[in-house]
Amino acid sequence: MDEKGILDEIRRRFPKDVVATSSELCEETAVVRREALPGLMAFLKEKPWDFAMLLDLTCADYPERPERFEMVYHLFSLASNKRLRIKVPLSEREVVVASLASLWKNADWLEREVFDMFGIRFEGHPNLQRLFMNEAFEGHPLRKDYPLRKRQPMIPLRK
Amino acid sequence: MPSRLQTQARPDTLLVNMGPSHPAMHGAVRIMLELDGERILNSEVEVGYLHRGFEKTCENRTYFNLLIYTDRLNYVSPLINNVGYVMTVEKLLGLQVPERARVIRILMSELSRVSDHLTCLAAMAMECGAFTVFLYKMKAREFLWDVIEATTGARMTTSYIRVGGVRADLHPDYEAAVKKGVGETRKVLKDVHGLLDKNKIFLNRTRDVGTMSPENAVNFGWTGPALRSTGIAYDVRKAHPYLGYDRLDFEIPTGERGDNFDRYMVRMREMDQSLRIIEQCLACLPKAKPQVLAEGMEPAEAVRAARTRKPDRPIKLSPNLEGAEKAVADGILSGDRRYVLPPKEDAYTSIEGLISHFKYFMKGHGIRPPKGEAYFSVEGGNGELGYYIVSDGTDRPYRLHLRAPCLPLLASLEELIRGRYVADVIPTFGSMNIILGELDR
Repeated sequence: MDEKGILDEIRRRFPKDVVATSSELCEETAVVRREALPGLMAFLKEKPWDFAMLLDLTCADYPERPERFEMVYHLFSLASNKRLRIKVPLSEREVVVASLASLWKNADWLEREVFDMFGIRFEGHPNLQRLFMNEAFEGHPLRKDYPLRKRQPMIPLRK
Repeated sequence: MPSRLQTQARPDTLLVNMGPSHPAMHGAVRIMLELDGERILNSEVEVGYLHRGFEKTCENRTYFNLLIYTDRLNYVSPLINNVGYVMTVEKLLGLQVPERARVIRILMSELSRVSDHLTCLAAMAMECGAFTVFLYKMKAREFLWDVIEATTGARMTTSYIRVGGVRADLHPDYEAAVKKGVGETRKVLKDVHGLLDKNKIFLNRTRDVGTMSPENAVNFGWTGPALRSTGIAYDVRKAHPYLGYDRLDFEIPTGERGDNFDRYMVRMREMDQSLRIIEQCLACLPKAKPQVLAEGMEPAEAVRAARTRKPDRPIKLSPNLEGAEKAVADGILSGDRRYVLPPKEDAYTSIEGLISHFKYFMKGHGIRPPKGEAYFSVEGGNGELGYYIVSDGTDRPYRLHLRAPCLPLLASLEELIRGRYVADVIPTFGSMNIILGELDR
């Protein structure tokens, strides 16, 4: 069961939902449609693939693309010592994706971070609050249209 | 807006804040506790007090300039952060580093790992009342940091590992200093084993406190010593060997119960292994050419002389370039001028060197990895330290994300302390080695 196998398997299992696959720099990547995410992740987590660990979960913002946001998931399987990257494009009109907090416990905080930084909403998340910024913070700082030097001090800065 | 805990708390319970300014909260993290007497019914962890926009900043800096921000992530083992970032960029570039630089990177990683574990356990022991252990460990760490300081010129903000190699060669006296550091650390470890391993007070506060099952740890995404304390021998150095760790001889210590004591013990035994690696590095480090420390000419004089012909005498460099002379540059830096600075002597005396130097720093030039994305991880002090970089072909990363090993650890704290006493928060939090600089980014 090599990683090439996993990409073929994903394509075979979810023929309509896989947008693209690639394996550049020996990193297996599958781009899938949003609707397929919960089913795909649940499938990958179970044996025989056994991607028991959600290594990382983040997002990237591409304002010029029709589907502006791209969720990036890194999975890791202890049994086969393989990593896998799953990407999910999201359009700006509907920045909602299913929460994975019920599958992996660390998804709870990671999704809160992405919500905080990119404003992606996670359906079914138990407590979708900002993680790093304060509650009164406006906007989502890691979006490309958020200015680098914009300040939102909690108390007025001294002149 | 009231927090989740405030809205859900029972009316007859007491809500207590631990932190954000609390001596045992390692920086700034706030733990809200719902207490029934001394017992914790529920808790909520709040982070972000040290958030400084690391990722946003990095996306607006060039690949060379953002290196300094990686020093400030895990500030107890900054060199490992450097290694992780630099190797991710090298993966995008497909760049190889010279043999000597590779061994120096391992040496520096392991010195940092030992100092990271020493700091963590020192703080943990101190918070449990064992102040002697704290002092002993800090003493050992000083010897290791002396080695780091002599070579990199800084104790914490090192920025020493560079794309293509390392910034400077090891200090001429490094061998004696490393041997002294290793010897002193071994002595301290022996003393600490004697002080803590069978200490009734320490055992009462750590044995079977903060217990984590292996399945749950994996589900939480734990890595590093915390995961290994539950019995799962996953170490990035063995699972995905980088820098030639697979050619070194070391073991991965694991625990059995996944409690605070096991996390302490795994870290202690890991330090032994790291010291072994350091000794192997010393043995296999390729011998460098002896440094020429002859009387050199002033840079201005060299620049003037180079107008007519190439100067044959060595050039006296500024002291902060010590170790980066042309004579040693081949051993520690790749020769690929697209991604690596030329030696300073070349920049002074040859047009090629000057242009390379200029282009390296010129806006829109410098290090420009091809379009693509890469995830690369190294074994940090707390676990898998991963960088995810998306390059759009320019001199700045389009997206840079850090997989902080602390985040899953702290995310599980609420579960670990539920139903325990207030005093159990301290060793549980301490044994995880939460570094807020890395978690909050």
